[in-house]
Amino acid sequence: MKINSPYPVVTKVPTGILGFDQITDGGLPRGRTTLVMGGPGCGKTVFALQSLVTGANELKEAGIFVAFEESTRQIVANAATFGWDLPSLVKKKLFFLDAQLSPEVVKAGEFDLVGMLNVLQAKATELDAKWIVFDGIDVLLSLLDDAVAERREIYRIRDWLFQNGLTGIITQKVGGVEQDQRYNFLQFMVDCVVILRHQVVDGTAFRNLRVMKYRGSGFASDEFPISLTTDGMQLTNRGPTEFEYEVTNERISSGLPRLDIMLHGGYYRGSNVLISGAPGTAKSTLAGLFVAAACGRGERTLYVSFDEGGAQIARNLQSVGIKLAPYLESGVLKMYSTRTRGPNIEEQFGLLRAKVRETNPRCLVIDPMSALSTKVSHVASADASQHFLDFLKGEGITVVNTSLEGGFTADEATATGISTIADTWIHVSYIVQDGERNRALTIVKSRGTGHSNQVRELTLSDEGVSLTDVFVAQGKVLMGVARWEWEQEEQATTRRTQVATDLKRLQLHLSQAEAAARLQVVQTEIEARNAEISLLADATGSASKLLRADRAMMRKMRHADEEVRAPKATSTNGGPKTNGDPTTNGGEGAV
Amino acid sequence: MKTIQAEKTGLRLRLYIAGNAPNSLLAISNLKAICDEHFATGCVLETIDLLVHPGRALADSIIVTPTLVKFYPLPVQKVIGTLSDTNQVCVALGVK
Repeated sequence: MKINSPYPVVTKVPTGILGFDQITDGGLPRGRTTLVMGGPGCGKTVFALQSLVTGANELKEAGIFVAFEESTRQIVANAATFGWDLPSLVKKKLFFLDAQLSPEVVKAGEFDLVGMLNVLQAKATELDAKWIVFDGIDVLLSLLDDAVAERREIYRIRDWLFQNGLTGIITQKVGGVEQDQRYNFLQFMVDCVVILRHQVVDGTAFRNLRVMKYRGSGFASDEFPISLTTDGMQLTNRGPTEFEYEVTNERISSGLPRLDIMLHGGYYRGSNVLISGAPGTAKSTLAGLFVAAACGRGERTLYVSFDEGGAQIARNLQSVGIKLAPYLESGVLKMYSTRTRGPNIEEQFGLLRAKVRETNPRCLVIDPMSALSTKVSHVASADASQHFLDFLKGEGITVVNTSLEGGFTADEATATGISTIADTWIHVSYIVQDGERNRALTIVKSRGTGHSNQVRELTLSDEGVSLTDVFVAQGKVLMGVARWEWEQEEQATTRRTQVATDLKRLQLHLSQAEAAARLQVVQTEIEARNAEISLLADATGSASKLLRADRAMMRKMRHADEEVRAPKATSTNGGPKTNGDPTTNGGEGAV
Repeated sequence: MKTIQAEKTGLRLRLYIAGNAPNSLLAISNLKAICDEHFATGCVLETIDLLVHPGRALADSIIVTPTLVKFYPLPVQKVIGTLSDTNQVCVALGVK
C-alpha cells in the first residue's frame, strides 16, 4: 500500500452523461476508482459504458471493459441501442474482455485475480489505455464465498489501478444499497461512490442517481432522476442556480395576426408560451397556427404530440385552413407522436431531450404538456416539466405548449406547474350562454410585453381562425349568435338613426325652401302693388292735365278775358268737397 | 512450463498460474499430490504462467488464477482455485 497518493490534486474526466458532469463539477476522478452500485436494471453498465465511449470518442483515450456478468456480444448489441458504434471503437480504442465464468466451472479452493490483472496490464500497455471498467465484479467475487478474500481482491484491483494510473469504474450489483453489508467496505475503499436506484411508485418506474461520496471534490449530494434515452443516460439536475439565458427582443408571430396585436407584436423569440384550456378549446389549433407561421418563415420546427398521431393532427388542422403537409414534405416540420402510457416522466423528458437534440428545432410545440404532468405522482419528478422547459430555454427554442384542464372543474392547477416558468400564458375557455358554446381567449400574462386585457372570441371556420371583439351588454358578454345579433341590431340602429337624420334634414330643407318661396311671393306682390301704385299715379296725373288743357281750350274758344279764380267763389257757394277742383264748379257753371 | 510425462492412459491437463502468487503455488502442489495419488499411470500436464504469457489467458478465456483445464477425455472441464478441495477436483477430472 502506498501512503502518499500519487495524485495530490483530483483532476476529473467527463463521463458524457448529461447532468452528471455538472453535479460532480467535471466528471469522475482521473486515475482513481469509482464504484457504481445499484440493483438490477439501474443502468450501472450503461453508466460505465457511456464513460468509456465518451473517453474514446471525445478524449481519444483507449479503454478496457471487463464484463463479468454479460457476454461482450450482448454488451455490444445493447450499446447499439444508444447509438454507440462499439465494433468500430473496438478496432482501435476499446478492448472488451469476456470474463464470464461458465456455470460448468468447478470451484475447488480460493483463487485470485493476479493472472487476470497481469493480462489486463499487458493489454493496457498495448492500447495505452486510460480507462478500465470492471462490470459486475460481484458475480465473480461472490464465488469466493469469503468476505476476507473478496476484500483482498478488491484491494488488489484498486492498487493495480493506482499503479497503472488508470481511471477505474467498478460496478457492483446490490439488492438494497443500504442493507447490503457485504460490500460496504467497497464504499470506504474507493474514491467515488455513485448509487443508482430503481424504484416503482404508483406503477411508474423511476431511476435515480446519487453521488454518495467523492474524495477531494465537492458534489451535489441529492438524488437526481435519470433516464435512459437513445443518447444514453441523462441526469436531470436543476441546472445552474443562476439564470444565464440569452435574451432577445426579436418577436415572432403567433400565427394569428389579431393575437399578435393583442400581444403588442407577437411572442418573444426563445420564450415559453403556455396555452391552457378545457378540451376542444382550440389549443392545438393555436399551436398549429404557430407551427405554420414558423415553417412559413423557414424555421425548423418540431411538433410533439401525445396520444394523438401526427397525421391526424395535420388532417384536423387542415379543416381550419392550416396546411402542414407541404412543410412535412420539405422536412422543415417534424412531428413526433408518442404515448403517455409509456416510460416514466423522466424517461419521457429524456426522450424528448434526445429528440430535440436530434432535430435541433428553433420552434417547438408540445401538445399537450399536461399529458406528462398528470402522470406526476412522485416528488422527485414533480418539477420535471419545469426542468425540461428550462433546458429548452437554455437552447433558445421558442416553445408553445398546451395544457389541458379538467373540463368541468375548470381547475387551473394543472397549468400552474408550468405557468410559473411560462413567459406568456394564453387561456382559452368556453362560455356557454343562450344555448351556445363559444370560445373566449384571454391573455393571462405576458412577460415583458404589453398585452390586451380584453376578452376576444375565437372563431374557427373553413377559412381559418379569427379573433373577434366581444360585446358586453347589460352586464353580459355577448358571443356567437348573440354577438352576431347584437352586431346586426347595432347596425340596424345606426341605419335607423341615419335615416331619421336624413329625413329631418330634408324636412328642414323643405320648410326653408317654402319660406324662401313665400318670401318670393311677397316680394312679387309688393312689386305688383308698386306697379299698380305708379300706374294709378300716372293715370291720375295725365287726366288732370288733359282736363286743364281742355278747359284752356274751351276758354280760348269762349274768349274768356280772364281766368276765374274759382276756389274762393266755390267755397262761398258751399260746394261740398270739390274745393281745389275748379273743373267741377266751372264745368257745372259752364254747362 | 513444466510437463509431467505419463503413460498413454490419456489425461491431458493445463494449469494456468500467476507466478509465485500463493494461490498458484498452492494449486501446483495440490495438483501434484492429486496426480500422484490418482493418475500415476498417465497424465500430461502443461503449466502456463500468465505473468510470462499473458496472451494465453485471452486466447483460452482464463479469468482467475489458478485455473486447471482438463482437455482430455472430453468434455473439457475447468476447475478454478487452489485445488485444495480434492473431492471437487477428482469429480471434475472424472476419478471414479
